Amino acid sequence: MEDLIEGLLVGKVRPLAKAITVVENDQPGKRELLKRIYPKTGNAYLLGITGPPGAGKSTLTDKIIANLRKQGKTVGVIAVDPSSPFSGGAILGDRIRMQQHALDEGVFIRSMATRSNLGGLAKNTVDVIHLLDASGKDVIIVETVGVGQDEVDIVRIAQTTVVVMVPGLGDSVQIAKAGVMEIADVFAVNKADREGADKLFSEIRAMLDMVKGDIKPAIFRTVAVDDVGIEELVQGIFAHGERVASSGLTGKKLVEKAKRELHAYLVDNIMARSTGLTLYDDVVKRIAAKEITPMDGVEKIFAGLEMKKGEN
Amino acid sequence: MSCTDKKARLAERQGQWQGMVDKALSRFPERKEDFSTTSGIEMKRLFTPADVDAVDYNEDVGFPGEFPFTRGVQPTMYRARFWTMRQYAGFGSAKQTNERYRYLLEQGQTGLSVAFDLPTQIGYDSDMELADGEVGKVGVAIDSLADMEILFDQIALDKVSTSMTINAPAAVLLAMYIAVAEKQGVSSDKLRGTIQNDVLKEYFARGTYIFPPQPSMKIITDIFSYCKDNLPNWNTISISGYHIREAGSSAVQEVAFTLADGLAYVDAAIKTGLDVDVFAKRLSFFFNVHNNFLEEVAKFRAARRLWARLMKERFGAKKASSMMMRFHTQTAGCSLTAQQPDNNVVRVTMQALAAVLGGTNSLHTNSRDEALCLPTEASVQIALRTQQIIAHESGVADTIDPLAGSYLVESMTSEIEAKALEYINKIDDLGGVVKAIEAGFMQQEIGDSAYAYQKSIETADQVIVGVNKFTIEEAPPENLLRIKQEMEIEQRKSLAAVKAGRDAAAVENSLKALKQVAESGDNLLPSIVTAVKTYATLGEVCGVLREVFGEYVEG
Amino acid sequence: MDKKIKVLIAKPGLDGHDRGAKVVSRALRDAGMEVIYTGIRQTPEQIVATAVQEDVDSIGLSCLSGAHNKLFPKVVNLLQEKGAGDVLVFGGGIIPDEDIPGLKDAGVSEIFLPGTSTEDTIEFIKNNVK
Repeated sequence: MEDLIEGLLVGKVRPLAKAITVVENDQPGKRELLKRIYPKTGNAYLLGITGPPGAGKSTLTDKIIANLRKQGKTVGVIAVDPSSPFSGGAILGDRIRMQQHALDEGVFIRSMATRSNLGGLAKNTVDVIHLLDASGKDVIIVETVGVGQDEVDIVRIAQTTVVVMVPGLGDSVQIAKAGVMEIADVFAVNKADREGADKLFSEIRAMLDMVKGDIKPAIFRTVAVDDVGIEELVQGIFAHGERVASSGLTGKKLVEKAKRELHAYLVDNIMARSTGLTLYDDVVKRIAAKEITPMDGVEKIFAGLEMKKGEN
Repeated sequence: MSCTDKKARLAERQGQWQGMVDKALSRFPERKEDFSTTSGIEMKRLFTPADVDAVDYNEDVGFPGEFPFTRGVQPTMYRARFWTMRQYAGFGSAKQTNERYRYLLEQGQTGLSVAFDLPTQIGYDSDMELADGEVGKVGVAIDSLADMEILFDQIALDKVSTSMTINAPAAVLLAMYIAVAEKQGVSSDKLRGTIQNDVLKEYFARGTYIFPPQPSMKIITDIFSYCKDNLPNWNTISISGYHIREAGSSAVQEVAFTLADGLAYVDAAIKTGLDVDVFAKRLSFFFNVHNNFLEEVAKFRAARRLWARLMKERFGAKKASSMMMRFHTQTAGCSLTAQQPDNNVVRVTMQALAAVLGGTNSLHTNSRDEALCLPTEASVQIALRTQQIIAHESGVADTIDPLAGSYLVESMTSEIEAKALEYINKIDDLGGVVKAIEAGFMQQEIGDSAYAYQKSIETADQVIVGVNKFTIEEAPPENLLRIKQEMEIEQRKSLAAVKAGRDAAAVENSLKALKQVAESGDNLLPSIVTAVKTYATLGEVCGVLREVFGEYVEG
Repeated sequence: MDKKIKVLIAKPGLDGHDRGAKVVSRALRDAGMEVIYTGIRQTPEQIVATAVQEDVDSIGLSCLSGAHNKLFPKVVNLLQEKGAGDVLVFGGGIIPDEDIPGLKDAGVSEIFLPGTSTEDTIEFIKNNVK
């Protein structure tokens, strides 16, 4: 463990990779590991990239990485793909589009499956972000699938969230989809050389006009495969970050972030402890048989946890 | 009895027969619940006239050599000339391959088919890093015109037709072929042959792409245009379904995706101002022939008919030659087993017969050892003899489209045509083939089919003789063809010698000129021909194009 | 939580035939494993760098072009150089029987020939990952 911590703090690849495995899988030593590296976090710029499947997120991420590298920044990437609800396994293929960076020591890419842990994607992925942060990466990119509940959580802790959209995927529906307007700090209209790009651009603009607030998210046009619009997008991302910092919102965001992390851990922890109680199955049976209400069930569980504490 | 009366009588009798069937089933169930093909087409217990009720002989079946060409593209077919027996071959050095070609021609092969190694197919020279370990392995290594000259040594290019399986760098290899012919004193207009030149399928089924789709399409239309003026007897493209099938697609998907690619090429050519009735006759196709004998025969007929109709309806083609689908077929590599390899001779025979009954214009039969490595001379001889025995001893070539009129074959031909058209319309909805590739549509369909097939083998729902049934303990096979590792070293040496012996200034100038042309958008062929004549290498020429056009990244 | 087995499926060299690699990837996913698939045209260096970053338990190499004798051992050697010698390496594709002993000597744990059932591959991985 000591070797892992020392190694990752100086950015060595294998210790970092191994540490991520510990944290990703809740292996023994995780608590200690996080305790040691947590104070060293908070330096990296956290960027979230999300959007519907087919938007070209991975290709866009690949080009953003290239741009950041040209600026001399080191980059950590977490590419998230969904786990199969049937088998619990996953095929993690986002990397395919980023393999040009595989041999660049300044880039660390890790693929993660959403799994279906009770704490959800949020908890373990945030821990991995902390590790990448502590290892000295200047920018950490989290690329996630779709716009779903978990993804919204992840994205709320990022400094800047980019929502990638493409013409031709049922635009107004995409935009209206819950959460997109709230979470987007920057919009990227990718595959902007396609028919419908201008229309999509205008629709996003129109929707933004209806939202309150003076600071509106910027919209950029990109054609990721051709490396078009990337420079402007990256500048726009950092511009957003600066706006947030200079408006004094950073503190508020950090508190928000801390809350979310704490909540994710709380939920995970309570669920784990509750389902581990011997009386758990009994409570479930009684609720199913309509003998007690779920509300009463909760009381019984908490009582059981208290008792257990008393025993310890 | 009137027509309606006959139909009613048939239905009645079939109903009675069903009673007999039900009795038989109750005593002895059938081997499976579902006898469908991998395309989802039902292999009914019995096909009857009722199944071909909607088929009109004049409209749908017709006559060989006439629209819609269901029965074949020539009026006399194999009675005049057998299909071209064209065995794909190539390995190691140009010298080794040249020996194999002269052997095959002596043994009665009627056309040459060149297999290039992977570095050549991807525009790399034998001394480049990514070529390490790959030189000469899956085909012949061609680094420059010098290798091409050796490849065709003692082979008169005005006497043979040559098919070259080359896609992304097709323009360069064609230029080399033209240059070799010139040295032999053969003018371009006498050259007969084909270049595969089908880059679209590379993106979703074969993987030897270089440039992104748009510039690749540009190169292809440049080739169409150049050949129209300079090589009037050359087939400028072999729109391929073989690889799509090898990647795991069904027969219907093979037809659908191949024809969709074809439509994209025709569309691109027309957009550059070419007249469909001028270039379309030089388009050719390349299909797979797999194990399900009856479905495969129907497949070829459906493909011919569908293409003819599409060319007429979508592009207003007027000449028969523009609507006529000529194709080469190869027996399915993916059906060959490593276990009990001699069984493969039987598989290939059935497959070859299906292709012949399907009216193929040209045929390659695989060798029995190809699940293990490239074929030995002995194995390739059997493969060639298979074709010759079918041609001369089976009698099927003495008449045209003999299975026409079979209730099953006509019904299935129509069904495959209809299902393929559904897919083509779906691809249209996605915005065409290039957009469909970006959306991963074909890749997903093919991947799903491949996975389903694997599952069916693992549950033994699909029996593969020698693999999941009728297995034996086997000793490893002996005497396989091996490409010696030294070959790579030798090739690098000869490449170095070519580089040392050429006029460096001429090479540099030709590459500079090529770059300018590539940037300007003019036709690339003339400058490529000039460059290869200076002995600029394939890697150097492709390197210039890579600079200008970029490289495609999967995903 | 049982740690999921993480497998890297890679295609070294220039061979673009990915049907097998994709079928195996799906089968492993359906068996509950997490599969990183890198796509085609990977150098041994890229494969190893990926394996180390992803901290995989196993690597499956697919090659149908005959370049396996050069490329597979290279992957094994690079893994060892990077301190990841405990990663289980197996391979498949068009590989003559007579090459298998050499590949095994070079550190490839198993070679799966055409006709292998995905079940066997899954069992092998489960029984042999460290």
